[in-house]
Amino acid sequence: MSKKVAITGMGIISSIGNNVEENYHALVNGKTGISSIENFETVHKDVIKVGEIKLTNQQLAQQLRIGTDNDFSRTAMLGAIAAKQAVENAGIQNMNDCRSGLISATSVGGMDMTEKYYYEYFENEACRKYITSHDAGDSSHKIAEHIGLKGFVTTVSTACSSAANAIMLGARMIQSGQLDRVVVGGTDALAKFTINGFKTLMILSDSYNKPFDNNRKGLNLGEAAAFLVLESDAIVQKENRKVLAYVSGFGNANDAFHQTASSENGEGAFLAMQKALKTANLKPSDIDYINAHGTATPNNDLSEGRAILRIFEANVPEFSSTKAFTGHTLAAAAAIEAVYSVLALQHNVIFPNLNFETPMVEFDLIPQTTLKEKTMHHVLSNSFGFGGNCSTVIFSKN
Amino acid sequence: MKTCYINGVGCISTQNTFETEFLSEVAINETENVLFANQPSYKEFIPPAAIRRMAKGVKMGIAASTKALKEANMEMPDAIITGTGMGCVEDSEKFLQAILDNNEEFLTPTSFIQSTHNTVGGQIALGLQCKGYNFTYVNGAVSFETALLDAKMQVENEEANTVLVGGIDETSKHTLDLFKLAHLIKKEEDKPYSVLQSNTKGIVFSEGASFFVLENQKKESSYASIQAVSMISALEMDEVQNYIEAFLTSNNLKASDIDAVVLGNNGDVEFDGYYAISNTIFQETPQVYYKHLSGEYNTASSFGFWVASNIIKNQELPEAVMMNALQKESYKTVLLYNQYRGKDHSLIVLKKC
Repeated sequence: MSKKVAITGMGIISSIGNNVEENYHALVNGKTGISSIENFETVHKDVIKVGEIKLTNQQLAQQLRIGTDNDFSRTAMLGAIAAKQAVENAGIQNMNDCRSGLISATSVGGMDMTEKYYYEYFENEACRKYITSHDAGDSSHKIAEHIGLKGFVTTVSTACSSAANAIMLGARMIQSGQLDRVVVGGTDALAKFTINGFKTLMILSDSYNKPFDNNRKGLNLGEAAAFLVLESDAIVQKENRKVLAYVSGFGNANDAFHQTASSENGEGAFLAMQKALKTANLKPSDIDYINAHGTATPNNDLSEGRAILRIFEANVPEFSSTKAFTGHTLAAAAAIEAVYSVLALQHNVIFPNLNFETPMVEFDLIPQTTLKEKTMHHVLSNSFGFGGNCSTVIFSKN
Repeated sequence: MKTCYINGVGCISTQNTFETEFLSEVAINETENVLFANQPSYKEFIPPAAIRRMAKGVKMGIAASTKALKEANMEMPDAIITGTGMGCVEDSEKFLQAILDNNEEFLTPTSFIQSTHNTVGGQIALGLQCKGYNFTYVNGAVSFETALLDAKMQVENEEANTVLVGGIDETSKHTLDLFKLAHLIKKEEDKPYSVLQSNTKGIVFSEGASFFVLENQKKESSYASIQAVSMISALEMDEVQNYIEAFLTSNNLKASDIDAVVLGNNGDVEFDGYYAISNTIFQETPQVYYKHLSGEYNTASSFGFWVASNIIKNQELPEAVMMNALQKESYKTVLLYNQYRGKDHSLIVLKKC
């Protein structure tokens, strides 16, 4: 089928680190980023835990050198930081020296500012600059400008599978020869809107999230941004790039079951994984590690577990959810987990599924709970979102 | 590579466009700076019990997509791809207001769920039980074009045989108030508002949903085929001509090959200069405008796409959308160009099939 696409750069900022090195260090040392919320006030602050980036908006703005009178939402700032890292990591000097693009993903967009100033806008003229920062596309434009890109810019917003879908579109545009280079990923900041949204759905845990554990109570929300640089074979050769890994397969399917809950037998997840394996021209037995969606909600882990068993049957490879480290970073989740999948391939190491104690009674699935060295060639990453949106991306070493 | 045909359409707009013959009923409104969609009766598309709670954008999307599927004689598309600039803002506002007014207590999930941008695409899939590829793009004025580009890729590269694609945006009170504060919308005192020869800033804001069924085979119901879709994030006004000429060249076309050009003029004196190509390379070309009918919103270009599709199918350029007095014998190749506030530029070429 389609040829695999080279990944030549990555950038990330999450609650476990402000760059790739720091994130890797935390993963191999089992250092979680889950804590109590500090950056803003919410009545729920004592009954939730979050994967918060311990930097204020002022500090982010300083890092970006955008001055104090900027109109960046927190989502845009996180995204700009991660995208810049990725572009520098790939060694790109001029984003416009070939047909380039940015495909970002977000669900929060500028809501972090909108919820702050919603009523104040009418009294205070100074904050009105954030009105046009609300929509999803605005953060992508800001990120594009920050990395000096004038080209194909767009944004995916399919809830928690968003960044996987951004990676998918990017890979397809390289494969079909429409772009030579594309920066793909996602960004979402913490906001009262999402905290309260998930609270009303009763899927937030008041403690540290326990993916695939029988006593799991729900997810911890997180914030993060991560981007990969995908480049065509021609650019890789011309610029003599070091390829970090490849996007070798992907699939998106719809569960068509319920707006927020996943079907019992994980049909959408099953179809997504099946499609990804097919496009990668791989068998289930070729997968060395699954970085699961594993949000630690009663519903997801059961549904995903069932789908994994349907695909891998008696031979489920090692799997873990890294959300016990970072929390569920919504539209950024698949992007940070893409970075983790590439790190796993580069270092031949499987990251642990923290907080696991008791296997789920419904089936026989035990995640990898300790750091494990394993020579690996193919990693499968799952991300499932509201609206039944199920996505799988496969990363390969060569 | 397969050809991508438009085989079914469904359009809900401020005009009565849902069940009427193309532009048979046109009402120009020059005194209101916000225009609301002419919504159909949803009873035949959605169970009555669900209608009450369903977001406006979702209802419009379901109705428009059902119409498009019916025209294309299709029950289940292989993929559903939507574009929306702001998503379901009414529900976003409802939920946010409840959070702020009740200090984060006594909240219910319905509005939160419907505020996720992919809820329209998700609910269409749910209604059809469609388990295929389902994406939603949210990037200002290229939200619809990205959906179209993706859909076209799916069909051409045989990733899908049939794709349902649409653009949806809804208005909502608080957001409209904020847009007025930010000077995006025409001032009250500047009326009457006209899209052409305007000397005032801002736009007439609106809402709507336009859906299309794209297939890899030509049918009785075919409107046109999509030859090319291109987007660029930002341009200066003096870069537009080069952008368009380079695009045409890469598609083996010259400006003189274009039988009609459909432009996204929206009456904003600050930005309509982007359409100056109507006085240069397309001076001799029949020109079409549509935002005086549809109003402006992030996915209004999907209304323009609907207009262009109909022009090619009927081989006729209705007076209601004529921007200059030129007409042609036949409309084989139509170019669409749109942008918003200097960003999110898009070009589409449609061909007679």
